[in-house]
Amino acid sequence: MSIAERLKQDLSELPDRGGPAQPLLIVRDLVKHFPIKGGLFGRSGMVQAVDGLDFEIRKGETLGIVGESGCGKSTASRLIMALLGMTRGEIIFDGEAVGSRALPLKEYRRQVQMVFQDSYASLNPRLTIEESIAFGPMVHGLARSAAIQRAHELLVAVGMAPGQFGRRFPHELSGGQRQRINIARALALRPRMLILDEPVSALDKSVEAQVLNMLVDLKDEFGLTYLFISHDLNVVQHIADRVLVMYLGRIAEIGPVDGIFDQPQHPYTQALLASRPSMDPDLRRTEPPITGDPPNPVNPPSGCRFRTRCRIAEDICAHSVPAMTTVQGLHQVACHAVEPESGHSLAPQEFAA
Amino acid sequence: MSGDILVRARDLSIEFVSPDATVQAVNGVDFDLAEKEALCILGESGSGKSVTLRSLLRLNPPKKTVMSGSLSVCGEDMLTISDAKLNSLRGRLVSMIFQEPMTALDPVFTIGRQIAETIIRHEGISRGEADRRALDLLELVQIPSAKRRLAAYPHELSGGLRQRAMIAIALSCRPKLLLADEPTTALDATVQIQVLLLLHKLQQELGMGIIFVTHDLGVAGEIADRIAVMYAGRFVEEGPVRDVMRQPMHPYTRGLLGATVHAGMRGKRLTTIPGAPPDLSDLPPGCAFAPRCSEATRSCTADVPALHKLGPERGARCVLVEDAA
Repeated sequence: MSIAERLKQDLSELPDRGGPAQPLLIVRDLVKHFPIKGGLFGRSGMVQAVDGLDFEIRKGETLGIVGESGCGKSTASRLIMALLGMTRGEIIFDGEAVGSRALPLKEYRRQVQMVFQDSYASLNPRLTIEESIAFGPMVHGLARSAAIQRAHELLVAVGMAPGQFGRRFPHELSGGQRQRINIARALALRPRMLILDEPVSALDKSVEAQVLNMLVDLKDEFGLTYLFISHDLNVVQHIADRVLVMYLGRIAEIGPVDGIFDQPQHPYTQALLASRPSMDPDLRRTEPPITGDPPNPVNPPSGCRFRTRCRIAEDICAHSVPAMTTVQGLHQVACHAVEPESGHSLAPQEFAA
Repeated sequence: MSGDILVRARDLSIEFVSPDATVQAVNGVDFDLAEKEALCILGESGSGKSVTLRSLLRLNPPKKTVMSGSLSVCGEDMLTISDAKLNSLRGRLVSMIFQEPMTALDPVFTIGRQIAETIIRHEGISRGEADRRALDLLELVQIPSAKRRLAAYPHELSGGLRQRAMIAIALSCRPKLLLADEPTTALDATVQIQVLLLLHKLQQELGMGIIFVTHDLGVAGEIADRIAVMYAGRFVEEGPVRDVMRQPMHPYTRGLLGATVHAGMRGKRLTTIPGAPPDLSDLPPGCAFAPRCSEATRSCTADVPALHKLGPERGARCVLVEDAA
């Protein structure tokens, strides 16, 4: 009997309510503005961290979110996890609105778990490894002995010997081992979805590969759906089925991983891909693909938020917000140069039939 | 090798001694750096790469650090150098940039003041002259609206601009050697490539030697002439950047290249190096990589493998590598 099967015996199995066609997660018009109050000179304003996200995650897929610091990808993950209250919007999990009577928060959080970048800060330093993993199941009503037993099984699933590591404390482990513990803990309530917020960014390269391989295996074994957030395009290309590119709180481009990486449509996605170091000394460049830093999200540029760094920006880009345009199938992009008849000189013209 | 030798290290070892344990951070490192050359020290956390770099300016904690072997920087013997000489070396002939500019810059002084301070300290010129030089430097590192930014405090700048400001301070006295400790790791992807290309361009234009410490193979590929791969305090492989990237000889370098996720690996399993780097206070005997190496034999744990030369600048510390005939 596999570990996944044995885990199904305690803590009743979570039913698939909506069937395979129902997306596991639907995010609609998600907005989070943080007010800036007071300060030394009484300044005030709004940090528009997330400004209108619309996307779906289908059952069993991995959606990667990429973007630079300040683009709102971590805020989005915390909103989805309901760790932050949203300003506006709707999150629907398997057909039920999160926080509604049909899906109260406690029930939702059993189904969606999160792994953070800082493996040390996310573990209680005064609990042993097995106690940390057993904590969630005990909160949800499992007896202590059964919860510890489950913790041991999960330690095996993440490749750590329970006898050797179970009684240790977080500071006695390496970064890679701690991140395995965090993943084991996230799996303890047998969730259906994991939100992985930069899970391998703090790890060394040789350890990063081990953890990525393990995440791929666990996804199959436990039948999981992943929301994988990273700034590392290579990692996202490796692990994701679809990719969402964020810039200053909005979606720049979203689509299947091959479409995004082989035929990026948005100038930002193109610049992001071209910024990857080449690994080949013969392909060195002399000019960077893009200049400047991402602007401050307190006062983002009007219209298209990328226009201040865009090489093909025109007047229209300052005046109107580009709509999501379908390129092909699921591949969508928010750029005036792709949107038909947007007024941009590069925009395709649609002919009346 | 062309030009003068800026750095010469022979059998350099660095230990950190405390009542609890002795940490052998660097265990016998040999290298030379010629003028105008870019050397990249590549390694994982705890490999001793930053400790090696800091020893070139004696920035490791003085009371706990025990250095042995020999190390000369710009003609000075760093094991016996006096404090006065060290102070005139730091910032003038050799300067350093760090990973996190927010902690390396002083938060209560403006950028312009911090640059001018360095120049006045070393060259004794007037404040007005130093301010003019500061403006030139900000333009050199391609900071937009440089004049306005002279009066800015570090917290008012974005990450990329802060890192450029730190480079401006490091370059203020036209050093012959620049030490860079992961200067682009904390930056966003689109900013990282800008700063890397800027450093490369400045190195060429100003004719500096540069030693660059990083864990990122891609960064090394963009900037290095030579690469030294460090593991558990030793250089396990070194050579020109092309040779190391294309034909890695040491099993660790090969493992590192295989474990680095890059384009075109979708759906494939990543090759991994099992285990984790060793504890530097309790190193395994012989080759420190042997416990993780799939090709290890009994002879690996007997002695530390000698450096096998494969060419004038190319070598690897592995018993499986044969000397070039």
